[in-house]
Amino acid sequence: MSDALLNLTAAAAAAAIRAGELDPAELFELYRERAAADSLNAFSWLCDGAPDAGFDRSTPLAGVPLGVKDLFCTAGIPTQSGSRILEGYRPPYTATVVERLYAAGATLLGKTHQDEFAMGSSNENCAFGPVLNPWDRTRVPGGSSGGSAAAVAAGLVPWALGTDTGGSIRQPASFCGIVGLKPTYGSCSRYGMIAFASSLDQAGPLTRDVSDSALLFSHMVGQDANDSTSLAFPEPVRMPARRELSGVRLGVPEELLSADSGIDQGVRESFEQTLSLARGLGAVVSPCRLPHAPHALSAYYIVAPAEASANLARFDGVRYGLRVPGNGDLESMYSATRAAGFGPEVKRRIMLGTYALSSGYYDAYYGTALRVRTRIAQDFQRAFEQFDFIVTPTAPGTAFELGAKSSDPLAMYLNDFCTVPMSLAGIPAISIPAGLSEGLPVGFQLAGPAFSENRLLDAAFALEQAIGFDGSPARAGGRA
Amino acid sequence: MSGAAVEYEPVIGLEIHVQLRTRTKMFCGCELSFGDEPNVHTCPRCLGLPGTLPVVNAQAVHYGIMIGLALGCEIAPRSQFHRKNYFYPDLPKGYQISQYDVPICGPGKLGEVRIHRVHLEEDAAKLVHVGESGRIHGADRSVVDFNRGGTPLAEIVTEPDLHSADEAREWLNLLRTTLRAIGVSDVNMEEGSLRCDANVSVRPLGSDQLGTKTELKNMNSFRFLAQGVKAEIERQTALLRAGEQVQQETLHFDPASGRLTPLRSKEQAHDYRYFPEPDLVPLVVTEAMLERARAELPELPADRAARLERDLGLSGERARELAFRPELGDFYEAALAAGGPQLDAVALANWIPPLVERIGSDADPAGSRVSPSALAALVALVSSRAVSQTAARDVLTLMVQSGDQPATIVEREGLGAIGGDDSGLAQVVAAAIAADPDAAEKVRDGNMKAVGPLVGYVMRETKGRADGGEITRLIREQLGL
Repeated sequence: MSDALLNLTAAAAAAAIRAGELDPAELFELYRERAAADSLNAFSWLCDGAPDAGFDRSTPLAGVPLGVKDLFCTAGIPTQSGSRILEGYRPPYTATVVERLYAAGATLLGKTHQDEFAMGSSNENCAFGPVLNPWDRTRVPGGSSGGSAAAVAAGLVPWALGTDTGGSIRQPASFCGIVGLKPTYGSCSRYGMIAFASSLDQAGPLTRDVSDSALLFSHMVGQDANDSTSLAFPEPVRMPARRELSGVRLGVPEELLSADSGIDQGVRESFEQTLSLARGLGAVVSPCRLPHAPHALSAYYIVAPAEASANLARFDGVRYGLRVPGNGDLESMYSATRAAGFGPEVKRRIMLGTYALSSGYYDAYYGTALRVRTRIAQDFQRAFEQFDFIVTPTAPGTAFELGAKSSDPLAMYLNDFCTVPMSLAGIPAISIPAGLSEGLPVGFQLAGPAFSENRLLDAAFALEQAIGFDGSPARAGGRA
Repeated sequence: MSGAAVEYEPVIGLEIHVQLRTRTKMFCGCELSFGDEPNVHTCPRCLGLPGTLPVVNAQAVHYGIMIGLALGCEIAPRSQFHRKNYFYPDLPKGYQISQYDVPICGPGKLGEVRIHRVHLEEDAAKLVHVGESGRIHGADRSVVDFNRGGTPLAEIVTEPDLHSADEAREWLNLLRTTLRAIGVSDVNMEEGSLRCDANVSVRPLGSDQLGTKTELKNMNSFRFLAQGVKAEIERQTALLRAGEQVQQETLHFDPASGRLTPLRSKEQAHDYRYFPEPDLVPLVVTEAMLERARAELPELPADRAARLERDLGLSGERARELAFRPELGDFYEAALAAGGPQLDAVALANWIPPLVERIGSDADPAGSRVSPSALAALVALVSSRAVSQTAARDVLTLMVQSGDQPATIVEREGLGAIGGDDSGLAQVVAAAIAADPDAAEKVRDGNMKAVGPLVGYVMRETKGRADGGEITRLIREQLGL
C-alpha cells in the first residue's frame, strides 16, 4: 500500500484526495515518517506532525505535502539559507510564493538544505553539512537546491520548491533524475526569498514529472505588489497534454555543444538519443547560433556576485542572526561576525562582487558584464525567430563525487555552462531526466521565450512520455 | 611680492535633504512619525529583514515631481534607483536606495541659484548614543531607532552660485518657503525635516577656477548655517593668505562651540559602489503624473512676490515679506479684496508688520481676532484721515485684544482725528508756537527740521489723535509761511 501511495505523483495524489479516495493525513504521515528517517541530510527543518488546521480536501493541492528550500521565509520556522550567520533565524513573515501555495492547499512538510545563500552547484557549501545524492550516496545532488532535489528523488516529499539563479533548480534536477523548471524572470514573486542575485533569482518547482511542475507552477505565478519586478503571467498555466512534437523547431546551440565545452561523452550520447526521440515525435532539430553564450559564465560571475555583495551586507550582526563581538568596537564586530558567519564560497563571491563594483573597475567589469548580458538576451531573441525552443544538456556531466570539485571553484562554476545563458536572458527553461549514464541521471534542457511556459511544459511532457524515464523513489535509492 | 592686495571670493553650493511629508515611508507602509516611542514604526522591509523588497511610495514620487516643477527642473521621463553601499548600524540593508546617474529632476533654477539636480532616496535610522556626552565618543553604548529609517527624502543639490554666508542663508529661506508653500515637507531644521550641507571654497576675486572645497555638515538651523559658512570662509581665506592650501575634507559643525572639526579621514574614504537597484524597475513619470503635479502647485512664493511688487506697487522687501510667509500673503490679499478698489494696497501692506508684532511673530493672522475686513476698515479710516497714524496703532492693539471693529473702538475710546476748522487744533498749534518761540523762529527762518518739537507738543496735547500733515500745515499757516 505504502509503495503505491509513494509512487503517486503529487498531482495524482491531490486528485485522489479531492475524489475522496485518499486520506490526506495518511499521505502526510507517510512522507513525514520517510523524511524523519532521512539519511541524505536533505532537510534543515521538519514539521513534527500534521498541521493543526488539518487538510482542506477542496483545495487544488488538497493538503499534499511540500518541501521548501531553506531560503524561502516561513513565519516562525527556521530559515537559514544554508548559513551559520542565520543559524536559528525565524522570520516574522512568509514568502509570497509559499503563501500562495498554502492558499492553494499545500502543506509544509519541511525545509530543505541548500548551498549557503544559494551559492554552489553541489550542496557542499551548506553550513549544515552536504546533502547526498540518493542515486549514489558518495555523490553530490547538485546545487544549490540540492536538498529539494534529493528529497523529491528519494521520495521523502512529493515535490519541492527551489530557486534558480544560474542553474540552481535545473542542475540538481538533472543530477537527481527529476524535473526542474526555472520560470521566466518576474513570473513568480521574489518577496520573502533570501536574495542571492536579485536580477536573476527565480523560484520554481522540483518535481517527479512535468505535470507536477505545471501544477505547482500554476499556483506560484502572478504579480505581487510586494515585488516590483514581478509581472502578471499573461495566460492561465495549463496542464501539459501534448504527445507529439510535429513541426516543433528545436535549436541546438553550436557554442554550447562545441568540442571544448567540457560535456561528458555519456551526456552527449544521452542528448543525441533524446534528439532522436524528438525527431521521432515530429520535431525538426537543427543547429543554431548563440554567439555570446560562451561568455555567459564570465558575465554571470560578475553580475551575480556584485548583486550578492550588496544583498549580503545586511548580515552584519546588528539586528538578527549571528553576532561575534570582536574587540568591542563596531568595525571589529562586523568583521568578526562576517568572518565566522559566512563560508568560503560566500566570502569569495562577496569579494569578487565588491571588487567588480569598485570605483575605477565598475565599467570594466560590471558595465561590460551588463553589455554581454544584453547581447546574450538578443542572441536568444534572434534564435527564437527561427526556433521554438533551444535545447542543450542541462549540465556537462552527471553527479560527481563529494569533494571532487570543492577545491577548484572554476571547475565547479563550469557546471552552469549550459544553464547560465537562460538565467541572464530571464527566459524559462526546464530540465527533464533523459536517461542514465553509468547509472546516474542525465538531464535534458529546453528553453523558450519569456512567458512561453505553457508551450515549454507541453514539449517537455511529450518528450517525457517518449523517454519513459523511471525515476521512482525505489529506483532512485530512496529505500536504501 | 605676496598678494596682500588679493581679494578672495567665496563660492558656495548647498546640498539640502528634505523629509517628504508623506503618510508612509519611501519603500514600505510604515507611518512616518516624530518623537514616538523608538522602533514602533517598523516592519520587515524597513528593518532590512532577509527576503524583503522595496516598493516605491507613489506619493513621494508625486512630491518629487512637484519639487522639480517648483524649482523649474527638467523632470526625467525615466529615472533609476541605485544602491549606495556602506556599512553602518543606521542602515539596515547595508545600502541606501538612492538615485545616482539618472535622478528624477535635472537642471533648474530658484531665484538666482541654479539647481543641479533633485533626487529621491530613503533616510537612515537614528543612532542614539547612551551615555553622558550624548555623542558617539564616550558613549556607554549605542542603540538604533528605526522609526526614521526609510523616511522619504528629496536631496536638492545646487550649483556653486552663492557667494556669502548671508546669501546662502537667504536663499535657503527662499527654498524653505517654496517647499512649505507647495506642501511637500514640514521643512523644520530643528526637527531635521530640512537639513543643509554646504560645499565651500574660496578663490581670488575674478578667477573662474574653483578652489579646493570642503563639505560642512550638521548645521541644523539658519543661524548655524550662516555661522558655519562664515567661519569656514574666514578659515580658508586665512589659509590662502598665509600661502597654505585648503585640504579637501568634511567638517562637522559643533553648535555648542560654533567650531568646525574634521571628520576622521577613514570616515571619508568611502567607495559607495553604486549600481542599479535590481529590486526596482526604472521610475517612469507619465504625462498624467506631470499634469497632476502641475495642477497641485500653488502660486510659488517668488512668483507671488513678483506679482505683489509689479501689480500692487509694494516694495520688493515688503512683497517678499508677505509672499515668503504664505499665511501673511493670504491675509493681506483677503484684506485687500475686502477693502475694495479704493483701498491703498501699499498702505495696507504696511499694516501687516504691526499686526504681526501684536499677535506674535510666528502666529497666523487668520487665527487672530482681527478679520481681514476689519484691518481693511482701519486702513480706510487712516486714509480718509478720520484716524491718525499714531492713534490707529492704538486702535489696532485694541482690535487684537477685543476683536471689535475699528470704527467701534474709535467711537468708544474717542480716538478720532482732530482736524478741520472747528476742531480746536488751531488753538493747540498756537499754544505750541507760544510755548517754544525758539523753534518757531527757526522754522520761520526756513529751518523746517525745527518743526519737530512743535509737532511733538501738539501730539502730546492731542494724545496722538491729530494728523501730522494737518499740524504742519497749521504751523506754516500760523507762522505766515
